[in-house]
Amino acid sequence: MTATPVTTRAGLFMAGVTLTHGDGDSTVTALDDVSLTVEPGELLAVVGPSGAGKSSLLAVAGGLTRPDSGEVSVGEADLVAATPRRLAAIRRTQIGFVFQSGNLLPALTAIDQLRLPLHLGAVTDPRDPMELLEEVGMAERATRRPHQLSGGERQRVGIARALMTRPRLLLVDEPTAALDRARSQEVVALLAREAHQHGVATVMVTHDHDVLHHCDRVLEMMDGRLLPHTD
Amino acid sequence: MFLALRELSFARGRFALMGSVVALIGVLMVLLSGLSVGLVNDGVSGLKQLPVSSFAFQQDVDKTAAFTRSVVDVDAAETWRAADGVADAGPFGLSLVNTRTDGGLDLDLALFGVERDSWLAPEAESGSALTGAGQIVLPDTLLDEGVAVGDVVTIDQVGTELEVVGFVGGQHTFGHVDVGYVDLPTWQEIRAGVRPGEAVPEHAYQEVSAIAVRNDGAGPDLAAVDGAAGMTSLTLTQSFAASPGFTAETSTLQLIQFFLYAISALVVGAFFTVVTIQRKNEIAVLRAMGASTRYLLRDSLTQSAILLLGSTALGVGIGLLLGASVSATAMPFALEPAPIVAASVALVVLGMVGAASAVTRITRVDPLTALGGNR
Repeated sequence: MTATPVTTRAGLFMAGVTLTHGDGDSTVTALDDVSLTVEPGELLAVVGPSGAGKSSLLAVAGGLTRPDSGEVSVGEADLVAATPRRLAAIRRTQIGFVFQSGNLLPALTAIDQLRLPLHLGAVTDPRDPMELLEEVGMAERATRRPHQLSGGERQRVGIARALMTRPRLLLVDEPTAALDRARSQEVVALLAREAHQHGVATVMVTHDHDVLHHCDRVLEMMDGRLLPHTD
Repeated sequence: MFLALRELSFARGRFALMGSVVALIGVLMVLLSGLSVGLVNDGVSGLKQLPVSSFAFQQDVDKTAAFTRSVVDVDAAETWRAADGVADAGPFGLSLVNTRTDGGLDLDLALFGVERDSWLAPEAESGSALTGAGQIVLPDTLLDEGVAVGDVVTIDQVGTELEVVGFVGGQHTFGHVDVGYVDLPTWQEIRAGVRPGEAVPEHAYQEVSAIAVRNDGAGPDLAAVDGAAGMTSLTLTQSFAASPGFTAETSTLQLIQFFLYAISALVVGAFFTVVTIQRKNEIAVLRAMGASTRYLLRDSLTQSAILLLGSTALGVGIGLLLGASVSATAMPFALEPAPIVAASVALVVLGMVGAASAVTRITRVDPLTALGGNR
């Protein structure tokens, strides 16, 4: 892959990113010279065995972990140089997270889950919560709380919540881990549709090889290195 | 507020449980405050009603029984009257006696001996003030017991008969018994143990319990005048400790109240610690979504404040209702706004301190834990 300059309007740009955990003898290299560009509207899947560094990739791309070296930027925002305060603001406005099994807040109804990001700080041009809920097929469940929703429904609400602020980058962590085959297909198809329709650069980490056909590109993570996927 | 309110209503069972603990503490605070004020009034309301700034007692008197132990010369009043900053000074006698009315009522009294027509003499609300020897003025709370003007009160120890001539308004008690005002010579005769008809020893009319002093402006330099007159002065408030049991009662209640505040702060702190630990995953998700620490702290503290204010208001309300019914009984109980407001504020503020020390855990939650695979 050709490295593009930071100033392009890429969704996600990473170059020469290295991250190690621990110190001394027990050092583990989580990311080893990782370079990656994800264009707006592209759905990238990252597969690989447990402990290969997939979650570290998400943590660094999402501004939750600062890499030891390398460049990371989302849109025009440089994640490596940003202060923790600025990082929080970037996460709030430019990055959407979809967690395993949705990680919705138990006290909030589906519609309030979508309103929540707008209360965490100023958001310019947010989506309309009801409209977005309808887009993910959850309009009829708007007043249900997470415990009243199925796993697939929770994941749909989680995806909608991540899209509320019109992020440049959507980071998706094992979205089908708790779902059966049919639901998994629906959820990933929804992610692909949202990515394409709204031009969101999307990185999905997954174990589930059955959903890869929805993705525009598939990479494999192996011992902290990012490689082309070979089936 | 968005999240705080929704979580309050979602986990209402849990928060109601916590709220009722705080409310019950609030009820207890109001009742204890009422009891505390009531006991103080029962002990020293007779002293509070006097227009006195300080009392000068015998030198080195036992301060826990100053009135009943002290003996001073009436002429010492002249020394005090002459001192700078003294508006008035006069002899004051106090002794505790057992009496019986001609209606057959046993009445324990604190006899206050004052010069009739002086600044210390009580103004009668009904009947007349003291006009001569052998008279007594009682508090009008005794009207309910059937005591009336014209009744005769007999002192058990010496057999002196006193005629009830008038009543003063409001509660006048000292050491949990009612105050009876008598003219100073009559008090001196009773104090000296002179039976009716017996000769009065000359020294009896020279002796009183204390010199009562009323300040003019800033008042006298008590230590200086004490030194000159060879006396020991106590301000009116300091003299409360001379009421039997006063210090023990008030310090016991203060101790109970102090522990209640501490318990309340600890219970609220423990509750919010558990709530915060339970919310750890949720907080990690919120932080990953970009919620600032300030936002999370503000949200949690708002939640605590709503809980504390609501439950304290409820508890104080119930306490006031209960207190009103207790006030109607013979229990020494009095509701005063100032201590109740102070108790409510202390309950909320200490609760907030407890909650605040618990929710600071929020700052230690790593948003990374929101990512499933990353441990």
